Amino acid sequence: MSQVFGSRVRRREDPRFITGHGHFTEDFTVPKMASAVFVRSPYAHAKIKSIHTEKARAQPGVIAVFIGKDTESKLAAVPTAWPVTNGNLKTTKYFPIAIDKVRYVGDPVAVVVAQSQSEALDAAELVEVDYEPLPVVVDSEKAVAAGAPLLYEDVPNNIALDWKVSGGDIEKAFREAEVVVNQRIVNQRLLPTAIETRGASADYDLGSGQLTIWMTSQNPHVHRFLISAITGVPETKLRIVSTDVGGGFGSKLPCFGGEAVVAWLAKTLRMPVKWIEDRRENYVATNHGRDHVEYVELAAKRDGTILGLRVKTYANLGAWLSTAGPGVPTILFALILSGPYKIPAVACEVIGVLTNTTAVDTYRGAGRPEATLIIERAVDMLAQKIGMDPAEVRMKNFIPESEFPANVPTGLSYDSGNYAGAMRKALGMVNYENFRAEQAKARAEGKLLGLGISSYVEICGLGPSSVVRSTGFGLGLWESTTVRVHPSGKVTVFTGANPHGQGEETTFAQIVVEELGVKLDDVEIIHGDTDRIAFGMGTYGSRATPVAGASLAVSSRKILEKAKKIAAHLIEARPEDVVMENGRFHVRGSKEPSKGWGDVAYAAYGAGSNEIPKGMEPGLEDITFYDPVNFVFPFGTHICIVEVSRQTGEVKIKRYVAVDDCGRQINPMLVEGQIHGGITQGISQALWEECVYDQDGNLITGSLVDYAVPTAVEVPHYELSHTVTPSPHNPIGVKGIGEAGTIAATPAVVNAVVDALSHLGVTHIDMPLRSDKIWEILEEKGAAQ
Amino acid sequence: MDRISKQKRIRVNVNGKQYAEDVEARMPLVYFLRERLGLTGTHVGCDTTNCGACTVIVDDRSVKSCTMFAVQADGARILTIEGLAENDGKLHPIQEEFWNNHGLQCGFCTPGFIMQAYWLLKENPNPSEDEVRRGISGNLCRCTGYQNIVKAIMEASKTRIEVPATM
Amino acid sequence: MNRPSLKIFLIPRSFEYASPTSLEEAFSYLDEYGQDSKILAGGQSLIPLMKLRLASPKYVIDINRIPDLDYIRENNGWIEVGALTRHHAIETSQLLKRRVPIMPEAAAMIGDPQIRNNGTIGGALVHADPSADWGAVIMALRAELRMVSSAGERMVESDKFFVDTLAAATKRNEILTGIKFQVMEKSGSSYVKLERKTQDFATVGVAAQIALNDFGACESVGIGLASVASTSIRASKAEEVLAGKELTKAAIEEAAIVASNECSPSDDVLRGSARYKRAMVKVLTERALTHAVSRVKKEM
Repeated sequence: MSQVFGSRVRRREDPRFITGHGHFTEDFTVPKMASAVFVRSPYAHAKIKSIHTEKARAQPGVIAVFIGKDTESKLAAVPTAWPVTNGNLKTTKYFPIAIDKVRYVGDPVAVVVAQSQSEALDAAELVEVDYEPLPVVVDSEKAVAAGAPLLYEDVPNNIALDWKVSGGDIEKAFREAEVVVNQRIVNQRLLPTAIETRGASADYDLGSGQLTIWMTSQNPHVHRFLISAITGVPETKLRIVSTDVGGGFGSKLPCFGGEAVVAWLAKTLRMPVKWIEDRRENYVATNHGRDHVEYVELAAKRDGTILGLRVKTYANLGAWLSTAGPGVPTILFALILSGPYKIPAVACEVIGVLTNTTAVDTYRGAGRPEATLIIERAVDMLAQKIGMDPAEVRMKNFIPESEFPANVPTGLSYDSGNYAGAMRKALGMVNYENFRAEQAKARAEGKLLGLGISSYVEICGLGPSSVVRSTGFGLGLWESTTVRVHPSGKVTVFTGANPHGQGEETTFAQIVVEELGVKLDDVEIIHGDTDRIAFGMGTYGSRATPVAGASLAVSSRKILEKAKKIAAHLIEARPEDVVMENGRFHVRGSKEPSKGWGDVAYAAYGAGSNEIPKGMEPGLEDITFYDPVNFVFPFGTHICIVEVSRQTGEVKIKRYVAVDDCGRQINPMLVEGQIHGGITQGISQALWEECVYDQDGNLITGSLVDYAVPTAVEVPHYELSHTVTPSPHNPIGVKGIGEAGTIAATPAVVNAVVDALSHLGVTHIDMPLRSDKIWEILEEKGAAQ
Repeated sequence: MDRISKQKRIRVNVNGKQYAEDVEARMPLVYFLRERLGLTGTHVGCDTTNCGACTVIVDDRSVKSCTMFAVQADGARILTIEGLAENDGKLHPIQEEFWNNHGLQCGFCTPGFIMQAYWLLKENPNPSEDEVRRGISGNLCRCTGYQNIVKAIMEASKTRIEVPATM
Repeated sequence: MNRPSLKIFLIPRSFEYASPTSLEEAFSYLDEYGQDSKILAGGQSLIPLMKLRLASPKYVIDINRIPDLDYIRENNGWIEVGALTRHHAIETSQLLKRRVPIMPEAAAMIGDPQIRNNGTIGGALVHADPSADWGAVIMALRAELRMVSSAGERMVESDKFFVDTLAAATKRNEILTGIKFQVMEKSGSSYVKLERKTQDFATVGVAAQIALNDFGACESVGIGLASVASTSIRASKAEEVLAGKELTKAAIEEAAIVASNECSPSDDVLRGSARYKRAMVKVLTERALTHAVSRVKKEM
């Protein structure tokens, strides 16, 4: 085992970013590149009566203006790539440019192409659209009610999906319940807000007919597949380049149509075309996240034993079924509802609702934050109701360490876990025993101090293809890796993962060093170019490490096997007697004679009879499609301590402690970074962020002025620790960590604030926990100062 | 006496190099740097002067180059991320510490943070953690949660900072 | 029905640009183009509006090259601050920290460091956003504003400067060149702001300035409020409560209650109801006055 795996190596991708030499989508330019600007609907629901483009087309520098009717026969509807099975799923036809109806503010109705961006903007202002406004509905519960405005003729009551899962005897659980907790919980809509907005530049080669698209993507091959379906350009003629991506958080996974339009423009106009969202456009045109209304019932005994959990969810899907939209509030949400607890019965019904809002799809955690908020709030509410300590209730119900792999009622099998271990560590870090005394003292002084626990397990490392395909996911969720050893012995890895901040150019090199013993600097990790890389499924769902990383390890091991055979041939030993140590191949127990990777690789390509065994193919390259046998289940406990101002209702985080377990850690510094960023987004949902529409479907939080993303001043300092419980089925024992922070943090903060006010009789507060909201509660309870 | 006009010829010194360019008055400085001069290290992340990804130094002040017209920079000395490292490639201590402390993930907001840190440490060579957090409150990061960015800047403040040769 | 399409906000509409190097030159442009022109100072309020195409002046007069508009000085008990003084200069001014701490305190809360580097006090005042901070501060300081044009000069009291939301009492051909106010002996001041997060507009902002007489009672008091009316306003009734009185905790509380009743906040779906804002005016007024008093006591 090398020392590099597990060490805090600084990142190999950093030099280009810290010197301003990254290549983000907006940085690509080719000569004579035209600029495209979309004209978007200001109405949330309307018929398009007519569109006049003459004035726009007459403007200086304008090359073309197209409307939906122009592209109707050229661009197919944007596919839903996760049409979830067993949910009575309806289909919605959503075109890249709206044809006769718009269904959300921001729905594109025309595209203007001009020689420069300013000319395109000027001309876009002159496109005249005559709308016939229709009634609007933005709220999911209102949208399913009788008489609500209908988005699609063939989707009655705007119900696009009605999906259920259950396991165990839920009726029995509620019959035998001594205590029932009942709560309506709102998980508010969020805007992913990657700092880089979405965009695409497309260039059509007149000679070869090859179309190249530089775009912001978490999964370039999947985008190639879908854009090919929309535009009719075959995959063989389509190249997508998405190497440096400025954050994704799930919002660059879906295929929205804009990029397909840009591709089509380049081909049709026979010139390169560029389109980059500005932030306001991003907020209406790129997917939103969350937006659940949950009706939660928890059945338990007075001694704190949980018997069952029943949930009915209204999931707002927006105006059309986005790429992964239907799968997020169903598969990624309901299956993990029981969390780290041994709950005998679980039942969940999800109503997926269409409304006149931007489509909802994957956003950091995608379903698991919603589930974790439910169970962690319910457990706290149970504790409050029966007068038991919330840590004790959790400990009592945790799946014990001895019972893994653990089968839960929804059908999942958790690979490994030590929930009590993480919890104990976290409680120790905050000196939990003393806290309650501290809190009592504070209350006596009139201060509002609270502590919130969040114990989570999450399902990630998406995922075993047979399982995901059976849920309707459009492709398998394996991952491809090509490991190519060059004749000099240096290694290039082509991975189907597409990191956008996670650091795989470094961690994957660390894996190669561990597996092959080569030097870190002799390894190059390539991602993000569909011309260079075999089909890959991309990076999201915390899958880069457990799936792509495992794929790399498996591929490396195959390389090692062949290399050993070649080495054996070179030193005239039996392959079974040859070992590789620190990059040298030799007979076990005897350091010399030995061969290095350079010798072995050169021999592989020399392929002479004294270089490789008879019958062996030349070359030293492997391609592996690794299909995980299961998801992975990272877990942990986060604890948040807050103080609430009685004067203003402001919440101040005094301490934030996180204990996370993602199995073996390749690079602890990068793991910490993921947790820092994840927690920040989770806290932000709890305290600041909310995507708000008015009743006419206008996006009130349409810019960073109004949508409250925190700065360094608001964000607290985090204290991190970890435990290590490897995944037994994963070839390198790793689990994912990219989303865990977000999943854990939101309930930790909410629980803390409720705890601070629990002595006043407060049992639940919906997010975000704004100061005015808290103050109104304090006023009502007579506790404001 | 200047004429009033839609176009202007501006002279700017960017990263030590002199440029003379005709620009439309309405062109924001960030697009001038990115598209006219090809310095794409400075990024655009929003349209309401919030995110700070476009931060550069103009005449010793850190500014959001999306909220300034290129014509306003006529005669100015501008420093962008590309001008921070020395000509032989030696990194500025701030860059080095961002690298050492994992102060970046996707890298998109990073040039803006580094330039703002550059200004901050010139103003206040020994900031407290609170002062650093306040000092970077005009820059948004969605990936890191700021903790390692703050650490990187605190570490950089311990290194004696030289003014780069390009200024 | 026609409503303008959702717009992209990156580059303003085309305009003609001049950057005069003297006031006279600036006046010649303003006199000629008046209605169709806008003065560009720091640009931190104007440029975002122009990118949104909510403001599309045909002529933009950049006054940044006019000398002698950027100053902070004391003159016989009067503090004078030039209109082109950047918020950052105010934030770091040793003179102001000593004599009028409310100004550096308020400056530090405007926007963020980069905005403070370019933004000017004059530009912010003329923009007249009721949620902005300077309006409340200059009212508490009873500042006067100097407006200059080709026709001459006039002084406008801060009370009369804010006419309506985003509308200041400036004529089209005038330039605000500076503000001035008196600082009395035994005075203290403070600005307190409640906001959702840094960079945000004030949910509520309160500026307080007091001076004590030789008996320790209130000689003069100024209270300015941000974000709780259609313009920045003075809480003059609250001021009357304190005039001549000793600034005890009870007196301050009484004044704070009056201040909370004399403003007219509106519901903000993101930042709080009118009821909340009113309650916060009381809380913040108490804090601002208490802090102002403690600053006097420190000096004495």
